Amino acid sequence: MNDASPFLELEPDAPRVTVRFDGTDYALPEGANLAAALLAAGVRIFRATPVSGAPRAPFCMMGACYDCLVQIDGVTRQACMTRVTDGLVVERAPGKDQKDG
Amino acid sequence: MDADYAIIGGGVVGLSLAWGLLKRGHRVLVLDGSDGSFRASRGNFGLVWVQSKGLNEPAYARWSQRSAGLWRDFAAELADATGRDLGLQQQGGYDFHLDEAELEAKVRQYEALKDQLGGDYPFEVLGHNALKREEPNIGPRVAGAILHAQDGHVNPLKLLQALADDVRRMGGRVLTGQTVTDIVPGFAVTCADGTTHRAARVVLSAGLGAMELGPKLGFAAPIRPQRGQVLITEKLPKLMNRPSGIIRQVDEGGVQIGDSKEEVGLDDSVTLDTAAQIAARAVKVYPDLARAQLVRSWGALRIMSPDGLPIYQQSPTMPGAYLVTCHSGITLAANHARELPLWLDGAADAPDLEVFSERRFAVS
Amino acid sequence: MDEVDLLILGAGPAGMAAAAEAASAGLSVALLDEQARPGGQIYRDVTEVPKARAAILGPEYTAGRRLADAITTPRIRPIPGATVWKLDPDRTVAYSVDGQAAQIRGHRLLIATGALERPVPIPGWTLPGVMTAGAAQILLKQSGVVPRRAVIAGCGPLVYLIGAQMVRAGTPPLALVETQTRGDFMAALPHLGGALKGWRAMAKGLGWIAELKRAGVPRHTGARDLAVEGEGRAQALSFTTRSRQRIDCDTVLLHEGVVPNTQATRSLGLPHRWDAGQHCFVPDHDRWGETALPGIYVAGDGAGIGGALAAELAGRLVGLHAAAALGRWEQAERDRLAVPLFAALARERAARPFLDAAYPPSPQSRAPADATIVCRCEEVTAGDIRRYARLGCTGPNQAKAFGRAGMGPCQGRYCGLTVTSILAESNGKSPQETGYYRIRPPLKPVTLGELAAMDVPEQQEKSA
Repeated sequence: MNDASPFLELEPDAPRVTVRFDGTDYALPEGANLAAALLAAGVRIFRATPVSGAPRAPFCMMGACYDCLVQIDGVTRQACMTRVTDGLVVERAPGKDQKDG
Repeated sequence: MDADYAIIGGGVVGLSLAWGLLKRGHRVLVLDGSDGSFRASRGNFGLVWVQSKGLNEPAYARWSQRSAGLWRDFAAELADATGRDLGLQQQGGYDFHLDEAELEAKVRQYEALKDQLGGDYPFEVLGHNALKREEPNIGPRVAGAILHAQDGHVNPLKLLQALADDVRRMGGRVLTGQTVTDIVPGFAVTCADGTTHRAARVVLSAGLGAMELGPKLGFAAPIRPQRGQVLITEKLPKLMNRPSGIIRQVDEGGVQIGDSKEEVGLDDSVTLDTAAQIAARAVKVYPDLARAQLVRSWGALRIMSPDGLPIYQQSPTMPGAYLVTCHSGITLAANHARELPLWLDGAADAPDLEVFSERRFAVS
Repeated sequence: MDEVDLLILGAGPAGMAAAAEAASAGLSVALLDEQARPGGQIYRDVTEVPKARAAILGPEYTAGRRLADAITTPRIRPIPGATVWKLDPDRTVAYSVDGQAAQIRGHRLLIATGALERPVPIPGWTLPGVMTAGAAQILLKQSGVVPRRAVIAGCGPLVYLIGAQMVRAGTPPLALVETQTRGDFMAALPHLGGALKGWRAMAKGLGWIAELKRAGVPRHTGARDLAVEGEGRAQALSFTTRSRQRIDCDTVLLHEGVVPNTQATRSLGLPHRWDAGQHCFVPDHDRWGETALPGIYVAGDGAGIGGALAAELAGRLVGLHAAAALGRWEQAERDRLAVPLFAALARERAARPFLDAAYPPSPQSRAPADATIVCRCEEVTAGDIRRYARLGCTGPNQAKAFGRAGMGPCQGRYCGLTVTSILAESNGKSPQETGYYRIRPPLKPVTLGELAAMDVPEQQEKSA
């Protein structure tokens, strides 16, 4: 359980696997929704927008808003449409700075 | 008279003309269509392009070169007036080839044209390795490219907006949501909402709308729609340095890929087979694109004349009525803003546009 | 290409019910859904939910199990994890599963893609920590995750439902900040008679409000000028009732009702009309759910907001109609079977006009202040849209070309209604006259690699 997270997990005893997000390892519930699991783990900011670099995080949790975008194997994916698997490596989606660089 | 010129069609062609006419001190009225009209101005590929234009008609190549040459100054003036950078880049552009023989055939055509143009056709041929130095992300299957120094691209939507803005700022009257139903000499232009507008001269720059309105003004207007499908990816980190005729990275970061040439009438839909074909070709040229998300696609209708060249024609039966139509409204925008108003006004220093008259289609 | 009798997009209540009804009449059915399991958003993961979580979510949620159980028959082929990205009028659908694109065609096609939350464009709504109330429900249903310090803002029954569920989960919301006014309630009163026919729905809502009251959750009604405050993330919600107030929090849950998700129907060029009562566009359809394209149906919230039980009934009607159309029922038999369904549907919808009038979208979200972002993807403000109106944009497609609103990956899902509303107001036209974005494929992003793999000559070349 992560008390620093703005989110409470009702079933904190679920089996965990290791997921790397932006270079940091997290122990997340296996099979969980990636966006939900990262939020519960205390990740507040998922990406910076390519337009202004503004911070964003999951908004709709149903695959419609595209604010929870991350990058997996070089492909932009919606975290809320991705399942947690052991060893998953997740990068931040490129934001404004990367675009200019 | 409501205006010196009534311009029918408020796309890039009509607004470029309106802008140029306003600069010459005319009172200009623009009648524009609706939100759902076919609008090449918002569906086009954004190239300011010279190579491959006029391979069979050097005058068209020259006309394109002239506009490309005027573009920098035109864009700067629009940017000054509107505070809006148009994202113009004129550092050359490519014609990619996957096939060595095709590349060579194209080069021979370019060389022939270059001779006809007195040597003013600055292109070079890049083999795979030379191209790779310019564009490190190019794929192994690309045989080479022709790099033409006069080519470039612009953000066509920013151009459209800047024109819409500056035409109004200079006092042009732009009426939107209008469908012109009738035009009688004098000129009285009647719209579907019952309004009538009077102008000394009328310019028909209504894109495909000229198919119907052209004959009413005495034009043959032998134009037809030709569909081009375009794909655009999510915003990506910089992947390419220069545009090509089929792939370019727009100033906002998305990679725009096109474009098909389909004779399907007034159907601007997107089809899976063509979109897949376009995607497959793009991935061969830039393999990294395979992992890019396609976020939008569209079909847009080019306004094609039988020989692909623009038509600039004064009506033989209604003097004072002009037809201006082309499928390269972006490339030619600078000409349309700077040169065509001289021609419309019958100015002494007007360009000679006889080669673009409708008379070339007359059956002899 | 894959072919089935009835192809259904969306395994929510409408899709599941239609599938079951059609299968029981002998039709072959394919049921596509983006999620791994059936249920839609309303019954998200209902087949998997642990007991304790089910108790928090309540009986309205667990009722969905019955529907999910009814679709486990060999005649229904579930295609889970499928992102649909292109529809054609000949009822061919292109979709991707795990990065592989495929096509399938239905002799009949049901679009049961449900609802989206109405956009609530207020200052700060793009900050991390701001979510839709529906998102909070999905977090709870699917993941057992609830916000600890949340304010729920907006209006509508779902505000009370998620609030009550949070109370049951042990993390009551810090406050409800409700935008509906006494005037809205007065305007709703003429519909009260109808609402009483739908008394079950009304009683549920009153029950949730009572739960919130017992838990001591403060309610602020008639709130206006809402703004999320915070540096880099949501840290407070401020608003005005009698005076300016500010509530510190980590999460703001926004909700002003739901609207039909019309991306699929729009992409087919189907006619839509503006529903003034529900403040949204609805695809035209007849009482069976058939659209202007014969053989293509809509049912559920995507055909007009009616809730889960209405969606289920509408889905069954589509199942009956499709079965009859394909020769499995005599028309008379179909009509006989439909009588109780139509009657139940009328009862289910009875409370709607009252709820729609009592909880309208706030004036603030219909006409956001100039500085407020309306298009989250391209970060276009309300002021930008008003400027495009002054530059002659009569509709959202021109405004899109001028300012990129609706060009991002969400394809206008969370800005479309706002852009229409702002343009309509600026140009003095109705939303119907103003129109909506022309929706093109891909309905959802697809990689160029997936698309390129569908190029037939390419495949032949590879195998050669």
